[in-house]
Amino acid sequence: MINDSNRDKTLGETLREQGISRRSFLKFCATTASMMALSPAMIPKIAHALENARRPSVIWLSFQECTGCTESLTRAHTTTIESLIFDFISLDYHHTLQAASGHAAEQARETAMEENYGKYLLIVDGSIPMDNPGYSTIAGISNYDMLMDTAKGAAAIVAVGTCAAYGGIPHAKPNPTGAVSVGDLIKDKPIINVPGCPPIPVVITGTLMQFLTFGSLPELDHIGRPKAFYGKSIHDRCYRRPFYDKGLFAETFDDEGAKKGWCLYKLGCKGPTTYNACATTKWNDGTSFPIEAGHPCLGCSEPDFWDGGSFYKALSMPTENITRTVIYTAAGAAAAGVALGAMNRHKKNQAVATHNRTSIDDLKK
Amino acid sequence: MSASLEKGINALTQQVDSTVAAFFTSCVHCGMCAEACLFYTETGNPAATPIHKTEPLRRIWKSEYTLQGRIGKALGLTAKVDEALLSEWETLVYDNCTLCGRCSMVCPMGLDIALLIRKTREGMAAAGHAPEGLIGATTRAITIGSPMGVKLPALMAQIKHVEKDSGLKIPLDVEGAEYMLLLSSMEIMNFPEFISAIAKIFSKANVSWTISTQAFEATNSGIQIGVTDIAAELVQRIVDAAEKLKVKTVISPECGHAYMAIRWDGPNLIGKPFTFKVRHILEVLDELRKDGRLKITGKEKQRLTYHDPCQVSRRGGVIDQPRNLIDLFAENFVEMPDHGKMGWCCGAGGGVSSNERADEVRLKAFQRKKDQLDEIKPDAIISACSNCRINLEDGLEENNMEIPLLSLTETLAEHLAD
Amino acid sequence: MSEIEFLNWVRGPGFQIAIIIFVAGVIIRFAEILLLGRKPNLAEAKGSEMRGGLCTIVSRSFPDKNTFQRSAFTEVSGWIFHGGLFITIFLFAPHILMFKDIIGFGWPALPTPVIDAMTVVTIIALLAILVHRINNRALRFISTKEDYFVWLITILPLITGYLAFHRIGMTAPTLLAIHILSVELLMVIFPFTKLMHAFTITLSRWYNGAISGYRGVES
Repeated sequence: MINDSNRDKTLGETLREQGISRRSFLKFCATTASMMALSPAMIPKIAHALENARRPSVIWLSFQECTGCTESLTRAHTTTIESLIFDFISLDYHHTLQAASGHAAEQARETAMEENYGKYLLIVDGSIPMDNPGYSTIAGISNYDMLMDTAKGAAAIVAVGTCAAYGGIPHAKPNPTGAVSVGDLIKDKPIINVPGCPPIPVVITGTLMQFLTFGSLPELDHIGRPKAFYGKSIHDRCYRRPFYDKGLFAETFDDEGAKKGWCLYKLGCKGPTTYNACATTKWNDGTSFPIEAGHPCLGCSEPDFWDGGSFYKALSMPTENITRTVIYTAAGAAAAGVALGAMNRHKKNQAVATHNRTSIDDLKK
Repeated sequence: MSASLEKGINALTQQVDSTVAAFFTSCVHCGMCAEACLFYTETGNPAATPIHKTEPLRRIWKSEYTLQGRIGKALGLTAKVDEALLSEWETLVYDNCTLCGRCSMVCPMGLDIALLIRKTREGMAAAGHAPEGLIGATTRAITIGSPMGVKLPALMAQIKHVEKDSGLKIPLDVEGAEYMLLLSSMEIMNFPEFISAIAKIFSKANVSWTISTQAFEATNSGIQIGVTDIAAELVQRIVDAAEKLKVKTVISPECGHAYMAIRWDGPNLIGKPFTFKVRHILEVLDELRKDGRLKITGKEKQRLTYHDPCQVSRRGGVIDQPRNLIDLFAENFVEMPDHGKMGWCCGAGGGVSSNERADEVRLKAFQRKKDQLDEIKPDAIISACSNCRINLEDGLEENNMEIPLLSLTETLAEHLAD
Repeated sequence: MSEIEFLNWVRGPGFQIAIIIFVAGVIIRFAEILLLGRKPNLAEAKGSEMRGGLCTIVSRSFPDKNTFQRSAFTEVSGWIFHGGLFITIFLFAPHILMFKDIIGFGWPALPTPVIDAMTVVTIIALLAILVHRINNRALRFISTKEDYFVWLITILPLITGYLAFHRIGMTAPTLLAIHILSVELLMVIFPFTKLMHAFTITLSRWYNGAISGYRGVES
């Protein structure tokens, strides 16, 4: 994976060495452009920029995570454009993927940092435990220390996955490790959040591609996500949306509605409040995405998605058990009501008791 | 001379019950009651909006009987009832309301606003904010026995006239009579024909009846001014007389609020059910009609209409009877555009006629009746309330309209077959 | 607080707080009213309280001709916006889910475009009602701060709901959270304002009808 001989070559040279045709390269550029909602006129520019780009150094740090993000990126089953990403960059440190281990591995990171200080791209997946550093360490270094140390010389940081971007599952209540996101800790570096649990592979590559192509950060939304991929909600792009609009819903996972592919809102779909590209980009080489497979969206690319109650409770439902609350409240209120009613009775009885008979002599002051 | 704000507040506090609480809780300030009230429609005075008139009672309900009001009161936020408020509301509660209850029929939330105003008057009166005219009438009712100051000798004199003119005996203090007739001072003084009409009808129909010399006055200023104690005392006089004479039924004469006072409020004022029945004269006459005891001759060709006295029709439930009776002699009967339970008040009930201060607004409010009459142009108006009659005559005169006012009982008597 | 955290709060603790205040408030207010009691009527009855009361609960929604003519705007706008509120609150599929979650059963929904149109109609009706309140002499005079406040709290869920459905102006989770929050606000003030009429209307209409019915008048 880490191939020093490739480091000084341009991406174009590397690709041709690997036998990637110009045609498939342009196709890749076109896909990237369309994903980023760029005009087709930009395709040659992307191609040109990419061909002449030098492979930048990338350091990938994994903290409190499940490796799902890495899996997402690498588990493409055919030779896809996602895999090309590793040919475009010099992935100098990734403790799951690299061959080196122990001191050698850390050495690689330090070397890359030194050699590319101020220029390397830092990718982080996983959240950082702030409660007790011992919850997650690498080579005896706490996640926090490693992040702060590595971030110093980074040109930009890409927080891959919801954990790195927003704290994700480790951050879910009651957040036992005191997990925080990269953005919570680093304020002086450009950070691109690429959330998702995991993020869509092409979204990861697309974002990296933009950085490589233009050397600039993509346009981000209010919570640091590239607008090109997170600009629209799942709901707005969902092929089942017409059923929602018509009010046709699957009530259970195996009813007629489910079989007919009706809207999954009632089964807890978080599509309406989730911004991601699943509905258009899809997964597994454009095969499908959760809703297409008949499962409601969990809202994994949004902060705190784990704390929104049951995944199978519709968005319009309260997350907690309200029936119980209502019963207890009613019982308590009935008692309070009786007490207040008694106070009212007392008040009135008092008024009646204080009443002096009014005669015609009492009509004037 | 011991009326005080404190007494007024106490009286209002006493008036709140579940109906009051339900009513105030439900009011949404939609303003529809304004359109049902002739004191608003004819004057355009927004303060005459019926629900607005209940403000003193509403404040007491809110500050004393609601959770949020109690909290507000503790924090000094809930509006209080004070002298200034009562002074300001005095004319609204007494001069600009006849307790006609039309608003109560219209309110989409079902508030019996007239009841609320009636209850508000309890506080106003106890706080010394009743109008001079009503205090005078009430005082006369208690001390003399009649709001107009009619004493027994005056009645006796009128009876003598009636007996002379009609040749019929007016039975006085007959024990065990079936009916005991009450009279309003106005009938005694202004419309003694009513007495002879009754005598004629009852004698033809062979009805056993009497007038008590001990309690002949039907009116009850107590319920108009809004003092339960006084109203109860006036009712008690009638009850005592009726019980003493062991009559089966007490007849309320052609007077709206008298019927309300004795028929519907009476037992509740004295706190026990009556041992006798109470009927309006029209109910009694209609019963006679049903039993075939009224022999009528000759049809009235005039275009006649009927003015519903609010307390008899809408608030009293005597709506069909007058129409049944009019049918006996009228060929050309025409209803007003709004009639029966939705009739418009003459503008002088509920103590307004005893309250000289209200004269101006009363005549303005009469415009409503005038408009109704202009629409159907009757030759004569029949009614069953002396107070309505007097006020309608007054209003018609003021507007240079010449439509005679007839008493239903009297007109009926005129058409009795010999 | 992130927007999803905001949404989670209004769907979780926020909703709990609102439902507690709502349920407790409504029950307490009813207890306050009913426990005050009412003296039995000692006058001889001419008609049935029960019959009169029940009739009036229904009949008050349909005014006589004169009343309708005099208050045509109030009647028509009132019907429209109450009908609109009923439809948008109770016949929108996501709302029914919410009720079902609490009371255990649901009912059929109307097609979403119908709800959408009704929302606009209801908003327009409420705006017209405000204009009417300000323009009508008697209404303006009797209107209190509470009347305007309650109007605002009533129209807010409609507006926020419309914006949330059409995703206008802000991100979807924020819009939805604001919508739910606006409803919670409505629930919180409900028992302590004239909004209570939604429940006590049956009581007050019954009393009105009973008082009249006892005297043999259908009110």
